[in-house]
Amino acid sequence: MSLLPKAFLLVAALGLAACNNPDRFGAAGAGAGGAGGAGSGFIDTTGLGDPNDPTSIAHFNQRVGDRVLFPVDQHTLTAEGRSTLQGQAQWLNTNTSYAVIIEGHADEQGTRDYNLSLGSRRAAAVQNFLISQGVSAGRMRTISYGKERPIEVCSTEECYSKNRRAVTVLSVGAGS
Amino acid sequence: MSKAYFPLFRLLALVACMALGPLAASAQNGPLRIEIIDGVIEPLPFAVPDFVPENAAAGDYAGQIARVIASDLTGTGLFREIPREAHIARVTSFDSTIGYEDWKAINAQAVITGAVQVSGDRIVVKFRLFDVFSGQQLGEGLQFAGTPQSWRRMAHKVADAAYARITGEGGYFDSRVVFVSESGPKNQRLKRLAVMDYDGANVQYLTDSSSIVLGPRFSPSGDRILYTSYATGFPRITLMDVGSLRTQTLAEQDGTMTFAPRFSPDGRRVVFSLERGGNSDLYMLDLGSGGLTQLTNAPSIETAPSFSPDGSQIVFESDRSGTQQLYIMSAGGGEGRRISAGQGRYGTPVWSPRGDLIAFTKQHQGRFHIGVMRTDGSEERLLTASFLDEGPTWAPNGRVLMFTRETSGAGGAAALYSVDISGRNLRQIPTDGPASDPAWSPLLP
Repeated sequence: MSLLPKAFLLVAALGLAACNNPDRFGAAGAGAGGAGGAGSGFIDTTGLGDPNDPTSIAHFNQRVGDRVLFPVDQHTLTAEGRSTLQGQAQWLNTNTSYAVIIEGHADEQGTRDYNLSLGSRRAAAVQNFLISQGVSAGRMRTISYGKERPIEVCSTEECYSKNRRAVTVLSVGAGS
Repeated sequence: MSKAYFPLFRLLALVACMALGPLAASAQNGPLRIEIIDGVIEPLPFAVPDFVPENAAAGDYAGQIARVIASDLTGTGLFREIPREAHIARVTSFDSTIGYEDWKAINAQAVITGAVQVSGDRIVVKFRLFDVFSGQQLGEGLQFAGTPQSWRRMAHKVADAAYARITGEGGYFDSRVVFVSESGPKNQRLKRLAVMDYDGANVQYLTDSSSIVLGPRFSPSGDRILYTSYATGFPRITLMDVGSLRTQTLAEQDGTMTFAPRFSPDGRRVVFSLERGGNSDLYMLDLGSGGLTQLTNAPSIETAPSFSPDGSQIVFESDRSGTQQLYIMSAGGGEGRRISAGQGRYGTPVWSPRGDLIAFTKQHQGRFHIGVMRTDGSEERLLTASFLDEGPTWAPNGRVLMFTRETSGAGGAAALYSVDISGRNLRQIPTDGPASDPAWSPLLP
């Protein structure tokens, strides 16, 4: 069964209409509003729950950690990244009603097409690791934003290091 | 798609072209000639007095057409206009010859005269080109006709003809550029497709900014545009009919990303990248049959494909060697042979419409460059350098490249620039706001 229509429903349920990132409202609703997804910084986080509630999206985003970072032009996971993803896998294997969209991103130091490919490699690296930790492939989709959606805007390594990321964005709909 | 957008080419009248008799003996091989070669050249001084309005309705256009012609020619960096204030002679009749001595006195080596007539929904523009120092008309007079709204196109056609006669190369002024119009802050960029005349005039928006659009490309006849769109929520190559603005998602397969599309020279096929499981390879889609052919099969990134003008080969970028480099393969697919040999990373190769050169983006030591090399990788020349220069597209005559230049930092913004393949004449194209990803149309019919 397709998980996307349900993901779309969640967007509405979370009251994310205040979000003014138009890419969040494509027909398939790619990315359903994890703080720190492509729209980080201007997403209304109401509805993500209390981070102290271990089953909430807020808990996943803030305590488990919704993202992993990559070195320049790399898509192999760092030790820190693998540790974060082990936590994600554990959470996802417990909270099985969520589907995920994994967003891959690159910093601005690269050409547009190459960065789209690089973002997809990063998203796939996360997906493959989560699969290896027992998360069902059918719950996950990947999307690359290349260099189109930086969260930090300066042009130094301090910002670049945060933009080279893969973000695991939760949505409802995996229980089917 | 919103009704607010104008169908693009419907507005453009069919432009008729007809030769007029020469006033003086034709001097096709006269001494007035710019040889476009590398190195510093002295721009050729020319004059273009206001065209003669042959009736009252033509009055509005007569001066404006002359200004657009002057702007086209000076914009190449190959010509220098003698300002109107310096003109001694006054041109009051299209059919009388010019007073060569008056133009010689102010050192105008070429003079373009013309006349305009407007009746109802029709404008007729005539022109002649004179070689002042040999005292002869250069080529025959020409006449273009269309609707008054297309007056700028007729000015571009006059400039194209003058450019071609003086340089011996094809012109590029009567052409359009499709690009991405940008707005909003860097972490929340809005993008929409737009088209404009090559000089930034007559902008029309083709999409709204509700989803990311990237890398538009014209079809060889200019009637369709390929681009990458996030409208479905995922990156997908999309085909737009320019007349109706109808769009169609191509090669849709669940769980894949498709991007970097480009037309074959016959307009019947699309070469593009398809990503599955983090691996991007090149594919060919036959637009007629919908048949899909895989062209490369490697664990590396293969993207940014571009056909040779004869359609037999494809240049593309791959990081199979460890970094982005340029390769050429048969249009049927295969391993390909590497052509880039210098230090640094090479991407976004584009084959020249003449077939002789590949333009590319190069990254080296933290800087971005636009460059050209021969198709065997030899004679690499870097034409620009900045924080971020990217994505060259060729003018229809293969003499000029347009590309994206983006500035750094929180306030960084993209703009369109052009540069001659000699590296001279770097210019910013005027746009209303930030702009990226230009793609030049062929010369309009």
